[in-house]
Amino acid sequence: MAVAAGRPTERKQPENPLTAGLERQPVPPTTLVIFGATGDLARRKLLPALYNLAHDGALPERFYLIGVSRKEKAHEDYRRECEEAIERFSRRKPDPDVLKGLLENVRYVPGTFDDDSVYKALGDCMDASEKDAGEPLNRAFYLSTAPAFFPVIVGKLGESKLSEHEDAQVRCIIEKPFGTSLEEARELNREVLAVFDETSIYRIDHYLGKETVQNLLAFRFANGMFEPLWNRNYIDYVQITAAEDIGVGTRAEYYDSAGALRDLIQNHMMQLLCQVAMEPPVNFNAEEVRNEKVKVLDAIPEPTPGDIDQMAVRAQYGPGHAGGEDVPGYLEEEGVPADSNTETYAALRLEVDNWRWAGVPFYLRTGKRLARKVTEIAVTLKPVPHLAFSQDGSLGVQPNQLVLTVQPNEGVSLRIGAKIPGTRMIIRPVNMEFLYGTAFLSQSPEAYERLITDAMRGDPTLFTRNDEVEGQWRICDPIVKRWEQTPGPLPKYEAGSQGPTEATALLRDGDTWRAI
Amino acid sequence: MSRTDAVWSEQGTTPDAIEAALRTLLIEAHAEREEVFPARVLNMITFVDLDWTGEIANRLRGVGRYHASRLVVLAYEPRRERLDARVTVSTHHPASPGELALLRETVVVELGDRHLDDLRTIADPLVVTDLPTLLWSPHGHHETIDELLPLAQAVLLDSVEEPDHADALDRAAALSERAYVVDLAWLRSTPWRERVAAMFDTPWLRPELQLLSSVTVRHHPRSTAAAALLVGWLASRLHWRSSRLVGVNGELTGRAHASRQDINVRLQTAPELQVPGLQGITVETAAGHRLRLDRGPGGLRARFSGPREEDHEWTIPGASRGETGVLGEGIRQALLRDPTYLPALGDARTMLA
Repeated sequence: MAVAAGRPTERKQPENPLTAGLERQPVPPTTLVIFGATGDLARRKLLPALYNLAHDGALPERFYLIGVSRKEKAHEDYRRECEEAIERFSRRKPDPDVLKGLLENVRYVPGTFDDDSVYKALGDCMDASEKDAGEPLNRAFYLSTAPAFFPVIVGKLGESKLSEHEDAQVRCIIEKPFGTSLEEARELNREVLAVFDETSIYRIDHYLGKETVQNLLAFRFANGMFEPLWNRNYIDYVQITAAEDIGVGTRAEYYDSAGALRDLIQNHMMQLLCQVAMEPPVNFNAEEVRNEKVKVLDAIPEPTPGDIDQMAVRAQYGPGHAGGEDVPGYLEEEGVPADSNTETYAALRLEVDNWRWAGVPFYLRTGKRLARKVTEIAVTLKPVPHLAFSQDGSLGVQPNQLVLTVQPNEGVSLRIGAKIPGTRMIIRPVNMEFLYGTAFLSQSPEAYERLITDAMRGDPTLFTRNDEVEGQWRICDPIVKRWEQTPGPLPKYEAGSQGPTEATALLRDGDTWRAI
Repeated sequence: MSRTDAVWSEQGTTPDAIEAALRTLLIEAHAEREEVFPARVLNMITFVDLDWTGEIANRLRGVGRYHASRLVVLAYEPRRERLDARVTVSTHHPASPGELALLRETVVVELGDRHLDDLRTIADPLVVTDLPTLLWSPHGHHETIDELLPLAQAVLLDSVEEPDHADALDRAAALSERAYVVDLAWLRSTPWRERVAAMFDTPWLRPELQLLSSVTVRHHPRSTAAAALLVGWLASRLHWRSSRLVGVNGELTGRAHASRQDINVRLQTAPELQVPGLQGITVETAAGHRLRLDRGPGGLRARFSGPREEDHEWTIPGASRGETGVLGEGIRQALLRDPTYLPALGDARTMLA
């Protein structure tokens, strides 16, 4: 399809009547450029996601992939690396013909990200793709590099004018972390927004691509029975847990500079909190949903230095046991400085000061080397006002608890009281379980498959807006700063345990942490 | 993922006994391992000739995760007097420890002519209440489907399997008045519909959807119904007035009428195609653009040409689903609703009348 002069790209287009009823909506022809193309994320997640999209016939009709990285190599060598990564990490065994078809349109541009010649070569490569396709191609720049390179790459894309295209859309996809502090996030937003419109920026939080996280909104807003209870009148407290049973593994260098708060709470767990606490949006378009999430963040008071010790706890794992094996403590892990004060566990108590949630604590905790891997949201309801049963019979009565498990074994569980069979009225808690795996035939796609497709289609609903990022940092930054200024050593918890005992200090009287 | 089966069987049994056996096997499986849970997605009732039970079982085994959570196979042998049954509760063990193990149930009931009048009373106690039920009779037996239809919300059929394609589409239309129809012939056209929709989604080409001048669909010799459904889809989406196609030199040709122009329609057989379904589609516009899509290794081979453009040829990657994949997709579709099938069916029936 040769580029015809005067194509009516700017005129309002008629609707495409052929897309009605199709499960897979068209994705515009696109060149996807991955900066950091030989990195871990590209190899483990992005390339396998692209293969699986190709396998399902879900890539655009015309699709070109350009890898950019520092190492010098030929196109063919990069294709071979892509093939190896896909064969190793794809969720399904690759079909050789499909893989060949995908790799045919893969190119590689070597060089450092601050080198003007890289962007000249990249421009030439994208022009060649358009010539081959015979039509303008949307551009999606995926920044899968160390965060320090984000402003460098975006700046060069602007200088080289690759961020502009007269006949197609240009988008910039940015991996987390989006800054390591509020100041950095603001500065990064300024730099990125100097080149791209907010509508062209797709900040990835891959949790939002998970089916079960998306289902939180379906659960809340498609079921009449929960929303009337979803407020301070009926809910006692909310706990959000993201526990890992593994240690830092090979990520010691990154993790030691980040810590648990930056790694999980500032982004993923804040997103979960927003989805639990947000008001029903008027509709489910990107702006409406994100407006409601920002309102939640705005309602959380910024921690003051005097508050932090009462509302935040950090700790580090010591030696212990996991999976029947002895495991080292954090400070003994390879690549971790022996005097590191980086937290591997963080717990917060936040308040959402609005009409719906005033007085309801939101407890967030995350950690490595805990007893089990689980991500869940537990909503504990207030106890019933009066128990008419005899004292003995009431002993087992506990408040109802609704648990939304994000991973593993995604599902919803409701704890209710039930009578133990027998002649006496004795109550004990039982669970009503709903498990996703038992109720649907389809397999959930990987989060990155969904997110890459949405970015290419121009749907930002599952991406984080600039004010969301800044709102998250506004809450976390004072805690990070306070912790950075406070010398160690940190409280310790045994590897494979429930976490530090200090975390109980965050809880109100009567509240308890759920067993991990 | 590995699998273990718990089996119960009885000769001269009753639906009550079968249902009781299902309950017992489920309780035993759960007592043995707490992390096992019965899948509760979809009932599927399949009516098959007894001699073909094994072949159908193989086809259903191949659909993998799209297997109905409870499958009831009514295996028919005309002169059989006794009701025999076999219940299998399969535990699908997860790849990683800690993940849940799913239980799926299969009930095979062997029955004969004498049971046909009361077939519904045999099948009804065997399906899980409140789950949607899909009905499939791959060897015809229309009267049996009609008898069981009140139990089902969806019917699976394959219009290309019927000896007469016009009758096949009429049958689909008649069934669709009583249940949701999932037609495998329609599902075979899904990748083609997606690709044609995507090609014309390009802003500069979209206006030409109203200027299509010809559509040619190449199909397996027995898949005329699938080809007609694909053209029927275009006709219904683009508001063409369809008319009857006539046979000329082994292909069906005719015209559809849009508000501004007529569209030449051709359904050509592709004897080289080894599997049911479509071989390719060519769409031309009054402005002189021509898009051709054909099956190829690793995806669809696309060719695009225009009056002022160079010809372009490329592959759109995508793995073939195979017949097993199409059947699995059919089962999955029983839980969804495609609002575009019935209008397409209406136009396809007009073309093949």
